[in-house]
Amino acid sequence: MSEEIEETKTSEEATGEEQREMEDKVISPEKAEEAKLKKRYPNLGAKPGGSDLLRKRLQKGQKYFDSGDYNMAKAKVKNKQLPAATAEKTEITGDHIPTPQDLPQRKPSLVASKLAV
Amino acid sequence: MAGVGGGNDFQWCFSQVKGAIDEDVAEADIISTVEFNYSGELLATGDKGGRVVIFQREQESKNRPHSRGEYNVYSTFQSHEPEFDYLKSLEIEEKINKIRWLPQQNAAHFLLSTNDKTIKLWKISERDKRAEGYNLKDEDGRLRDPFRITSLRVPVLMPMDLMVEASPRRIFANAHTYHINSISVNSDHETYLSADDLRINLWHLEITDRSFNIVDIKPANMEELTEVITAAECHPHQCNVFVYSSSKGTIRLCDMRAAALCDRHTKFFEEPEDPSSRSFFSEIISSISDVKFSHSGRYMMTRDYLSVKVWDLNMENRPVETYQVHEYLRSKLCSLYENDCIFDKFECCWNGSDGAIMTGSYNNFFRMFDRNTRKDVTLEASRESSKPRAVLKPRKVCTGGKRKKDEISVDSLDFNKKILHTAWHPKENVIAVAATNNLYIFQDKIN
Repeated sequence: MSEEIEETKTSEEATGEEQREMEDKVISPEKAEEAKLKKRYPNLGAKPGGSDLLRKRLQKGQKYFDSGDYNMAKAKVKNKQLPAATAEKTEITGDHIPTPQDLPQRKPSLVASKLAV
Repeated sequence: MAGVGGGNDFQWCFSQVKGAIDEDVAEADIISTVEFNYSGELLATGDKGGRVVIFQREQESKNRPHSRGEYNVYSTFQSHEPEFDYLKSLEIEEKINKIRWLPQQNAAHFLLSTNDKTIKLWKISERDKRAEGYNLKDEDGRLRDPFRITSLRVPVLMPMDLMVEASPRRIFANAHTYHINSISVNSDHETYLSADDLRINLWHLEITDRSFNIVDIKPANMEELTEVITAAECHPHQCNVFVYSSSKGTIRLCDMRAAALCDRHTKFFEEPEDPSSRSFFSEIISSISDVKFSHSGRYMMTRDYLSVKVWDLNMENRPVETYQVHEYLRSKLCSLYENDCIFDKFECCWNGSDGAIMTGSYNNFFRMFDRNTRKDVTLEASRESSKPRAVLKPRKVCTGGKRKKDEISVDSLDFNKKILHTAWHPKENVIAVAATNNLYIFQDKIN
């Protein structure tokens, strides 16, 4: 960081505009971080707090399941061997039909809290 | 040296730590809320596994004058269980988002606990007597042969080992489409509010099948959604006033006498922003994660990602005090956005006299600010400084250049060790700090 400051001060070739830009980066760590993020994710939209982010927040907990698709798939598979359930039990996103075996088990914790020991 | 929260000679000491020591933390054991009751005699915690543990302070005894009342387990119960909403394909976590105590009105204690969708009123009562000498049944419960009963007796109450029972007295369900983030008991002791991302409801503690919607910020077209409700609280004395904060860093104060639906605020608190300093992160870090009224009711405090602000309710255009919690993170926002830490929701709290405030940070650090002396201190909740009555040493984060001996550099901070939940005893200098799955209790030094 200190090297950048020296460069800004001693560089005489930089035009006035470039110098102001570099000064911006030096003065505001936030803007420097923003530049870093934009470099890594060039497709990132300009409005971060917009509806996309908020909608993701509102949809927390959504698990996709269509009972019609599920029953159709069950009927088709009845005549064949059921494929072994994959080890991937993480995200059920809707690109394959979830089965009861795939959905993570949500049992209540029957164990007492360790704070109560 | 610490000097925060009391006089200049004030120091914080380790008192107790609860929870397992092992490195492997089970998700269910992560503490999600901590709250003292009105007298400070009881301390409740909720966790991600839907369990509530209540600690009670033991009476100070003459035998051990140096151990100021320790908190021991009083009651523990399963408050919420995981559910699946088949109609909406929505998984409902059992995590306890908030616990709020009701003021005590009789021998029993009452608290409200909530997960994302359902609020429950729990009654915690003691039983230390048992009736013996029934006429129709034996002591072990078997029915006595009626032909063998030749005389009547009056059952007597005999002492028994103390049993603390928790029972759900009310279940307030199906009133929130979105995830509940706050509950707050009103000063009228009859009503309370619950807030989710887009709506706030007002309930009567006795009535579970109805609630009044008092704030609704859901736009007609969800594409136009620009902000959500992040926290809400009732005024401590004026039962008609409440506030709610937003993801855009604003706070609205509403008066329920003005209208049935408080969509139009009475007061609007927002700090003007310098447009030249605006960046991609500005809105995200301005999102308020907690709002708390002072005990006096004159001020309120808000916590955003990097700072804590104190507002005078009579001044809407800017806060009266701003305290930097961890300003050194401003130059790390890119990585904090990538690892989602920028969305962490820190809480804040006042001490009993409103003279000091406390909030958490990373690396199991927490910060305290003295409003009168303007001194601040960074302390750490760690097993290393967990010897009985050990004085907590102030910690310092080094931001660049030469790192002094006891300092820690920003890049060495453990961002998985977050202190999101802290609580301050309403009357004394006793604090409870939740560090992931451990609960630390610190007290002031007894001279």
